[in-house]
Amino acid sequence: MSDSLFDVRGVTFSYDGVPALGGIDLSILRGERVALLGANGSGKSTFLRLLDGLDFAQSGTIDFDGRTLTPGQLDDSSFAHDFRRRVGLVFQNPDVQLFNATVFDELAFGPLQIGWSSDEIRTRIDAVMESLDIARLAARPPHRLSMGEKKRVAIASVLVIHPEVLLLDEPTAALDPRSQSEIINLLSGWSGGTRTAVTATHDLSIVEDIADRCVVFESGRVAAVGTPREIVQNEELLHRTGLLHAHRHRHESGVVHSHPHLHRHGDHHH
Amino acid sequence: MTAAVIHRGFVEKTLTSLLHALERASSSERLAEQRGLLQHVDARVKLLGCLALIVAAAVSRHLDTLTLLFAAIAILALVSRVPLHLLTRAWAIIFVFTAAIALPALFTTPGQSIATVAGIPVTLQGLRSAAFLVDRVESATTLGLVLISTTPWPQIIAALRSLRVPAAVVLIIGMTYRYIFVLLRSAEEMFIARRSRSIGRLEGAVRRRMATATAGVLLGKALALSDEVYLAMQARGFRGEVRTLEELRMRGRDWTAGALFTAAAIVAFWQGLR
Ligand SMILES: Nc1ncnc2c1ncn2[C@@H]1O[C@H](COP(=O)(O)OP(=O)(O)OP(=O)(O)O)[C@@H](O)[C@H]1O
Ligand SMILES: [Mg+2]
Repeated sequence: MSDSLFDVRGVTFSYDGVPALGGIDLSILRGERVALLGANGSGKSTFLRLLDGLDFAQSGTIDFDGRTLTPGQLDDSSFAHDFRRRVGLVFQNPDVQLFNATVFDELAFGPLQIGWSSDEIRTRIDAVMESLDIARLAARPPHRLSMGEKKRVAIASVLVIHPEVLLLDEPTAALDPRSQSEIINLLSGWSGGTRTAVTATHDLSIVEDIADRCVVFESGRVAAVGTPREIVQNEELLHRTGLLHAHRHRHESGVVHSHPHLHRHGDHHH
Repeated sequence: MTAAVIHRGFVEKTLTSLLHALERASSSERLAEQRGLLQHVDARVKLLGCLALIVAAAVSRHLDTLTLLFAAIAILALVSRVPLHLLTRAWAIIFVFTAAIALPALFTTPGQSIATVAGIPVTLQGLRSAAFLVDRVESATTLGLVLISTTPWPQIIAALRSLRVPAAVVLIIGMTYRYIFVLLRSAEEMFIARRSRSIGRLEGAVRRRMATATAGVLLGKALALSDEVYLAMQARGFRGEVRTLEELRMRGRDWTAGALFTAAAIVAFWQGLR
């Protein structure tokens, strides 16, 4: 058995003629934490959907644990059950992910589909609500929550089944700084053991916490692969791929000039 | 401003506030604290009971029976703590719509003339058939509201499933109901976003065109959203079968409620078809 959990070879994908992925080759190892970096529209979300077997490569193949993901393979009940049990995707848009009447029902949805007993489900939901600090939201309708609360519930709805592979599409977007660091702590603790995590983001300040390896996407192709440190320090690459921009601002001396920066907006201090 | 615009403004506003009221009424928080007559009755009993009364209203041949039935249903709604503002809004909007549909019947049904409007005679028979339509639709709507605002949504779903309604149908009903609120919100946001970008008052024609365009975009959004939601459900292991945590169990009061619903439906049928 090979060490890689996902084997992606020559994958292309387009939406009704709009090209989104143009030939991706990548292996994701068992237990590895990978960050997908890339500007808007570079294909990160599309790639995650393919890894989750929701869309399928138009050419090339994606193997999960030695089996190629195809529509036929996912129609096979025992494979689908196993795959959905082991792989969880947190969508970029929580309104898509949250379709139940209450937060509690939302968290119960996944476990019910994989056939856990009600007692097991209730215990597990309590634990997840506790760790994400959302117990007080249990009876609320998800579509009436704030963006940050929705994000937490969306993450909880996937963590609740304890997947072995976590696919996260911009998990910290729209969160306030404290929530961001809480979620990052949770997710970095999560992937400590044998758990695998693939996180799409354009937030350079979090990659060292959430990833062992960074893959930079540019217009549907892999532009670079490296350790978080290598990538974050490669300014030329970051500029070219739209992850860094020259930032104009006024210094205390009153001089205005532009220079690149690696800080999040809102917390720069030079 | 033309009359048509004022009119649409009223319908739009009432419809929006009706949906908001409905959403609040059916929220689990509110249901958990309500102690009305029907809140703790098994969802299947309520579903079948309401259905039987809707059919009784639909087939009734006598206006007096129908009116009594409507009065009884209204009382049932009130003792079940269906919020009054929800009822009045629903009644108003249903009245406007069904009256508009029934209007031609006032003039075209042949029979004894009782008044003339703009030179065209209104017949007693025409008035009766309009009253039938309004009465039936109002009764059915009220029963629907009773069901929705006394029963948590997952229980309605579980009841439909246990009554052997096909999973696909249940799913579509469930999704439609949930996403009405998401779409409503996105309609509001689009409307606010538009308003924030336009200066001054808009003329009726422009507003109408805007409303049409908004409806189109909204429909597009609805379709894209439903595709995405379907994927999100699959991602969490959904394979065509709806499963719920709620277990339905018939207890003493459920049998009593069932017996009362049956008795009411029998009387309504018997009086309506006499
Ligand atoms: N449903 C869709 N229909 C048509 N085109 C789409 C669809 N979803 C994405 N695309 C297109 O595919 C390309 C890749 O989009 P994708 O959502 O994968 O990018 P992304 O890297 O996740 O961007 P972001 O950072 O903005 O989330 C874009 O050009 C986008 O316009
Ligand atoms: Mg994306």
